[in-house]
Amino acid sequence: MEKQVFDQLQETAYHHKLKNGLQVYILPKKNFNKTFATFTTNYGSIDNHFIPLNQSDWKKVPDGIAHFLEHKMFEKPDGGDVFQDFGKQGASTNAFTSFTRTAYLFSSTSQVMENLSTLIDFVQTPAFTEESVEKEKGIIGQEIRMYSDTPDWRVYFGLIENMYHQHPIKIDIAGTIESISHITKELLLDCYKTFYHPSNMLLFIVGPVDPDDIVTLVEKNQSKKEYTDQQPIERQYPDEPKSVAKKESTVKMGVQTPKCLVGFKERDIHRSGSDLMKHELSVQLLLELMFGRGTENYKALIDEGLIDESFSFEYSEEYQFGFSAIGGNTEDPEKLSQRLKEIIDDYKTGILDEEAVERARKKRIGSMLRALNSPEYIANQFTRYKFNSMDLFDLIPTLEELTIEGLNQTLQEHFHDDAFTKCAVIKK
Amino acid sequence: MSYINEQIHTLGGLNVHMIPTDKFKTLTLFLQFRSPLEKEDITKRALLSYVLKSSTAVSQSSQALQHRLDDLYGATLSTALSKKGDNHLLSLFVTVANERFISGAESLLDDAISLLTEVVFQPNAEAGHFDEKTVKKEKRALKQRLESIVDDKMRFANQRLIDEMCPNESYRLHTYGYQDELEKITAEELFRYYQKMLAEDQLDLYIVGDFETNQVLERVKASLLFKERQAPAAADRRFSPIVPERVNTVKEQQDVEQGKLNLGFRTNIIFGDALYHASQVFNGLFGGFPHSKLFMNVREKASLAYYAASRYESYKGLLIVMSGIEFENYDQAVDIIKEQLAAVQKGDFSEHEIDQTKALLKNAILESLDSPFSLIDLLYQDVLSGETHPVETWLRQIDGVTRDDIVRVAEQTSLDTIYFLQGEEGR
Repeated sequence: MEKQVFDQLQETAYHHKLKNGLQVYILPKKNFNKTFATFTTNYGSIDNHFIPLNQSDWKKVPDGIAHFLEHKMFEKPDGGDVFQDFGKQGASTNAFTSFTRTAYLFSSTSQVMENLSTLIDFVQTPAFTEESVEKEKGIIGQEIRMYSDTPDWRVYFGLIENMYHQHPIKIDIAGTIESISHITKELLLDCYKTFYHPSNMLLFIVGPVDPDDIVTLVEKNQSKKEYTDQQPIERQYPDEPKSVAKKESTVKMGVQTPKCLVGFKERDIHRSGSDLMKHELSVQLLLELMFGRGTENYKALIDEGLIDESFSFEYSEEYQFGFSAIGGNTEDPEKLSQRLKEIIDDYKTGILDEEAVERARKKRIGSMLRALNSPEYIANQFTRYKFNSMDLFDLIPTLEELTIEGLNQTLQEHFHDDAFTKCAVIKK
Repeated sequence: MSYINEQIHTLGGLNVHMIPTDKFKTLTLFLQFRSPLEKEDITKRALLSYVLKSSTAVSQSSQALQHRLDDLYGATLSTALSKKGDNHLLSLFVTVANERFISGAESLLDDAISLLTEVVFQPNAEAGHFDEKTVKKEKRALKQRLESIVDDKMRFANQRLIDEMCPNESYRLHTYGYQDELEKITAEELFRYYQKMLAEDQLDLYIVGDFETNQVLERVKASLLFKERQAPAAADRRFSPIVPERVNTVKEQQDVEQGKLNLGFRTNIIFGDALYHASQVFNGLFGGFPHSKLFMNVREKASLAYYAASRYESYKGLLIVMSGIEFENYDQAVDIIKEQLAAVQKGDFSEHEIDQTKALLKNAILESLDSPFSLIDLLYQDVLSGETHPVETWLRQIDGVTRDDIVRVAEQTSLDTIYFLQGEEGR
C-alpha cells in the first residue's frame, strides 16, 4: 500500500492496486461519523462503440445503455434489490451515470465493512432478467420525461448538441424513449462484461476507516472471484471537426422565463494529467475574471436587466471533449448572447489585470477548501481526476502555478470564434 | 462519548451557539432570525434577504462587497428563507476558509465576524430608508425568483398542493413572498420593518469550526449587540389539529410532458409529540426511503414512476407524497398510493422493514453531523421546541418505536388533498 501525505491540506491518501487491476484509494477522516464509498467504472454514455469482450467485431449500442445498466445493477439474483440489503445495514445507496463514468455509492455510519462488501458484490453480480429489463423501460421513460420538463437541462443539452457534429457526447445520457426500447439483456451483458472488469474500475473510501482493514477486506473479497486478465478495452469515437456543428438553436417550451446559454467547444482535446488540470483551471479562472459576481461585466448585465441570480458559468474537460457554458435566465436571449460574445471579444483584446487574477485565485482556493468538507465531493472528484491521470489534491498547487502568459494563451485559444455557439429556451 | 459539543451563551437578545470541531476546512457563522409567519411581513422578509446581502454602508455596491469576499479567500455571504410550522426563518450566513490550510492567510474568522456585524448593523441605508437603488435592484431579483418557480414543476406542484390544502392556515404562505406585495414595499417601510425585526425576532447565532471559543465569544460580545426581547408567546400558537372531512381533488393543466402528482395527508403529529419518532418511522417505511412501500410498489412493481416518495413536515403534521407519472396513469397511481397507506394501517409490514427504516433514520441523524449546515439544522430543532435533544436520546427514541406506534400513526393519517398537474388538451 502506498501512502501520500498532503501537508498543507492535512490529508493522507492510501493507494493499493490489486492483482486483477482494481485500484483502491482510501482517505481516512477520523472525526467524521459517516463513511462514503464509491465504486466507479471508467465507462459512461459516450462509450457506445467498442469491441465487446471476447468478440472480434465492433459494436454500436443503443443510446442510454450505460445509464440503463446502472439502473439494472441494483437487482439481485433472488429477484430482490440491493436497496433492501443496504437498508438493513443502515446505509443509503445510490448511483449515477455521466458522459464518462458510472458510479455506485453508499454512505453509512455503521456496519461499514458489511456495506463495503455489499457494494463490491452487487456491482460485480449482474442479475437482471429479460422481464426486468422490459419493466425498467417504464421507469427510465419517466426519468426521461422529467428531464424533458426541466428547461435548465434542455438548454444545457441543446448547447452541447450544437457543438458536436457526431461525437456521442451530444447524446442525452439517459437516451430517448425510442432508443431505450432497443435495449436487451444481451446488449446490457455485452456492456457489463466489457466495462466492469476490475481493471477498469476504482474504489474510493472516505471516512473514519482503517486503510489496512479496508485493503484486507477488498483483497479477500476479490480473491474469491475469478477474473481473467483483460486486454485494454477497444473504444471508438467518431472524428470530430474542431468547429461547432450549429451556431445556434432554439427550444420552445412552456416556460415563464426564457433561458440562454452560450459556450465554446474546446478545439484542442486529448489532454491528460497536469496539462489537463492546468487547462481546465485556466479556463475556469478566465470565466471568473470575465463573469464573476465582482466584475464590471456582471454588474452591467444585471443593470441592463439581461441576467438574474441564476446566471452561472462552467467549464469541464475530459480526454475526449471540453466545453464552456455561460448564461441562465434572461428576458432577452438574443440580446444576452450578443452581449456575452461582445464581453469575451473585448476581453481578448485587453490586458489581464494582475490584481483581479490574484483575487480570482484566492476565491478559488477558498471554494476548493469548502468543497473538501464534503466526502461526496472528494470521492467523486478524486475518481474523475484519477481517470484522467490527475490528482485532486494537486488542484491548489496547480492553481498557484498558473501564469499570466499561460492564461493569455488559453484565453485566445479556447474562446475562439469558430468554437462559439448559443442555445435559447423560449416561450412556446 | 458525546456526538456534539455545543456551548450556548445568551448575550442580550442573542443566543450564541458555539460548536468547536476540527472536522471542517471552513468556519461557518450562521445567524437565524425567526418570527411568526404573517402575510403582511413575509414579502418584506423575503426582500430583506436580498437587500442585506447586496451591499452595506461600507461597501455600497454588490461589486465592492464581492471584492472583499473574494479577497478573504472566497468567503461567502448568503441568505436563506424557510418556514418551519408557523415560523418564518431568515438565515444570514458567512463561510470562510480556515486559515490553517492556506499559507499566508490570517485572521479570517475575525474578518468574517466583522463582516457579519457590518451586514446586520451597517446596512446600505441612511435617513430611515434603505438605499433606493439597491431596493429597486433587489426587488427585481426577488421578482425574477418568484416568476421562476413555475418553471420548476416539482416545486410548483408542491406549492400548489399547499395552496389548495391549507387556504386558511399561515403555513400556506409562500416563503419567498408575493409579487403584488413586493411592488408596494418602499425603502422606508422596509427599513422600519428591519428595525422591528432586529428588536423583536428570536435570534440565534451558530459558529461551527475549529476556533478558540473564549476568544470568539469575547469578539461576538463586543460586536453583535442585540437588546433583550420577549420570548415568543407559545400559547398563542398552539398547534390545532385538522381532520379533513373529504378529499379535495384539484387538477390543472400546463404544457408539460410528465404529470406531477402530489398528495397531501394530515398526521396531526408534530415535533415534540409522543408519536413524533413513530411518525418518522412511519414516513420512512411508507415512502421515505428506497425500500419503502411507495418506491417498491409505484416504481419497482408497477413501473409507473421514476420517483415516488413521501416527506414528513414535522412542524406541521403533514405528509406529502410526490411522484411524476404519465397522465393516463393517474387513477392507477392514486389507487396504489392509497393501498400502501391502507397496508400500513392494517399492520401489513414486516419487522425487517421496521428495522431497515430505523437503521436509516439513525444513519441520517449521524450523517447530518458531518456537514456544518445540517448540523446547525439539527441543533436548531432544540431552539424551535424549547427542549434539548441529545443525539443519543434521539437514537434511543427511534429504537423505542413499536409496531403498534407505527400503526397508530398510520390510522391517524388521512388524505386531505390531491393535486395533479397534467398536460394540455389534445396531448
